[in-house]
Amino acid sequence: MSQELKYLSRHVAAGKLSRRDFLGRAAALGVTASFANTLLSSAARAAGPQKGGILKAGMQGGEATNSLDPASFLSQVPFTFGKSWGEYLVALTPAGGLENRIAEEIGASDDAKVWTFKIRDGVEFHNGKTVTADDVLATLERHSNEDSKSGALGIMKGIESMKVDGKDVVVTLKEANADLPYLMADYHLIIQPNGGKDEPDAGISAGPYKVTVNEPGVRHGGERFANYWQGDRMGFADQIEIIVINDATARTSALQGGQVHLINRVEPKIVDLVKRVPGVTIRNVSGRGHYVFIMHCNTAPFDNADLRMALKYAMNREDMVEKILRGYGSVGNDFPINGAYPLFSDDIEQRPYDPDKAAFHFKKSGHDGPVLLRTSDVAFPGAVDAAQLYQQSCAKAGITIDVKREPGDGYWSEVWNKQPFSTSYWGGRPTQDQMYSTAYLSSADWNDTRFFREDFDKLIIAARAELDEAKRKAMYRDAALMVRDDGGLILPMFNDFIDASTDKVDGWEPHPAAEMMDGYALAKCWLTA
Amino acid sequence: MGSSIATLIAQRIALGVLLLLAVSVLIFAGTQILPGDVAQSILGNQATPEALANLRKELGLNDPAIVRYFAWLGGVLTGDLGTALTTRQDIATTLLPRLWNTLFLAFWAAVVSVPLAIILGLLAVRYRNGPIDKAISGFALASTSLPEFFVGYLLIFFVAVKLQWFPSISTVYDGMPLLSKLQAIVLPATVLVLVVLAHMMRMTRAAILNVMQSAYIETAELKGLSAFDIIRKHAFPNAIAPIVNVVMLNLAFLVVGVVVVEVIFVYPGLGQYLVDHVAKRDVPVVQAVGLIFAAVYISLNIIADITAILANPRLRHPK
Repeated sequence: MSQELKYLSRHVAAGKLSRRDFLGRAAALGVTASFANTLLSSAARAAGPQKGGILKAGMQGGEATNSLDPASFLSQVPFTFGKSWGEYLVALTPAGGLENRIAEEIGASDDAKVWTFKIRDGVEFHNGKTVTADDVLATLERHSNEDSKSGALGIMKGIESMKVDGKDVVVTLKEANADLPYLMADYHLIIQPNGGKDEPDAGISAGPYKVTVNEPGVRHGGERFANYWQGDRMGFADQIEIIVINDATARTSALQGGQVHLINRVEPKIVDLVKRVPGVTIRNVSGRGHYVFIMHCNTAPFDNADLRMALKYAMNREDMVEKILRGYGSVGNDFPINGAYPLFSDDIEQRPYDPDKAAFHFKKSGHDGPVLLRTSDVAFPGAVDAAQLYQQSCAKAGITIDVKREPGDGYWSEVWNKQPFSTSYWGGRPTQDQMYSTAYLSSADWNDTRFFREDFDKLIIAARAELDEAKRKAMYRDAALMVRDDGGLILPMFNDFIDASTDKVDGWEPHPAAEMMDGYALAKCWLTA
Repeated sequence: MGSSIATLIAQRIALGVLLLLAVSVLIFAGTQILPGDVAQSILGNQATPEALANLRKELGLNDPAIVRYFAWLGGVLTGDLGTALTTRQDIATTLLPRLWNTLFLAFWAAVVSVPLAIILGLLAVRYRNGPIDKAISGFALASTSLPEFFVGYLLIFFVAVKLQWFPSISTVYDGMPLLSKLQAIVLPATVLVLVVLAHMMRMTRAAILNVMQSAYIETAELKGLSAFDIIRKHAFPNAIAPIVNVVMLNLAFLVVGVVVVEVIFVYPGLGQYLVDHVAKRDVPVVQAVGLIFAAVYISLNIIADITAILANPRLRHPK
């Protein structure tokens, strides 16, 4: 079967067969549409990218308050635009590995405490200067400065000292960390001339596009950087443009009307409608992002392990995936890791929806009366509906949930990480260590479940220094079980990233790390004639 | 006589300035009671306590509110709107293009809607209670009753997606030729026209009908003037004050009340700019935009007042 499909997909790439006919043939061979599309794009890639044109994306997640300073990046538009004009030390591959970019070679000492990044020769900044080890060092320094407001500050805190040694940047850590290179793929760490210390928001780096238009909250544009060091891999369109379209309906109609070629954040509610539009392809990929119900383990009544267990058993995960995500996602198991992460153990038993057990634990907890859950539209798409579904599934177990709808404005400062039971979301992190370190260590700034367990902290720190993969995997399995069975996290679902493109776009590769091909969609896709 | 009009106008303007000052206090107070603070909102979900403390110190959020108010007011009076907390850019330079866009859209919507509303109002009076009057009123009321986002989506679906006559997104930018700009704003301008039309049309109709009850209209009829001449020469000039009032109110709406339309059509106007900055608690920008909106509202109302005074000599001699 696959031989025939591959043969057919090459025909499409060569223009001998229409995409529609191919999908028809594929369906006849019993292949799902998404797999057939994957085949098609790999065939197109094999047929070779085409240069030229203006590739346009309509995106949610841009505000008038955005800046080109990578330290300030937070929402999707600066993130994606940054990947178009910025160049990084390393990047994540779709398979979950690492790809060396400005770092040509990465070496570690045996104890994983001293890391050496050899800087690649001949990479040029948009201003004509050559990228040097000093620029890289200055970039890392700027993001790790205590006065900086960098979103990467948290991951830079583990660094004890940094220095330049010839072409190498040498980073010495306070504690061993086998994952350090992954941390360097953080989207804030765009390498800038002199680290951006002179002019942080100049928009100058060594990426495939030069910034030509920067109107925050309206549109951003770039033109191909002629001296890009890897012109055969990225930067195919002559120009790229991101138009900020925060309204979901406007975004979809702009794609339908052909005013943009790519959009992000297709709402699960309307995916099936958008799918039927001729010439539009839904690009969904299961990622690491997840939607959560979080309880503070140190605050009554959630300091009672039985109550936490009752609330976990009372969650109907399948129902959530079906009704809130419309099937575009997968069920969670109350720990923040899934198969998209390296070193994931898939043998941990799935927690089912079990009203009887929930009722049993609820009774055992001795808690009386309703439980207050705070939620808001901004917690995640469909959060209010999800809270109401949860209210119903809890009711079947005899647990009364009071749902309090909070205003979206101020939710992240007044409710999340402040109130003892609320809804929220997490984007994924490149590694398990980073996910746990960000939100589950006792010392974590965003320990939003107030999970304080010394043995857990020790385990995570030990795993961080462990270079033996099998041992590390076993350690992460133990950590997952601790969070799953004792933590304050109810994780009903991992959400897919759902983007969409028109049939003029080729070169799309699903990437589980983030939406829009981990932000590289504009840099890596091309327009077909 | 002339000097008394000048005094009246001066009084109105002085009142307006005073009102503006009062509004500035309100705006400032309002921005203070928003939940959360700027630092938290800038850094959002990703804020670490160190980063928060650093940012707060740097933004001067630790000074008392009164100090910050007078510092800001002093700046505004000397023409300095300050720098945005979030982007570090000068507010005036980022705000003016947005203001210009908003005025551009409002201008074209007004150019179409005001004459149209008045003409339709006159027609409705001329053929009052007949089928033309009913049709005009029905259409205008229906278009006003539909929420603007719904009208917007209908236009997008039929005119932009199905027929592809006009673009569904109205992004305009500097250096765009005027004709492309106009083409880009056709749909949002249409929505705005439909939204404000009925109010002005109905008011015109009511005001003129009111005058039509007067004895001198009967006289005009009796001396044999045609219906249109009566309306044009006798009724309309006497109904102008309420009409100007409602027109000005709607013009003000076109400037300050079009956030929804801006969002649907992705139009880079002042409304979206304000919402973005409110969400980030970027107080200086919110204050600046608030002040501009207030100034627009107040000055349009002053114009309406003055027009009413000029059009109606009785108002010039308050008892």
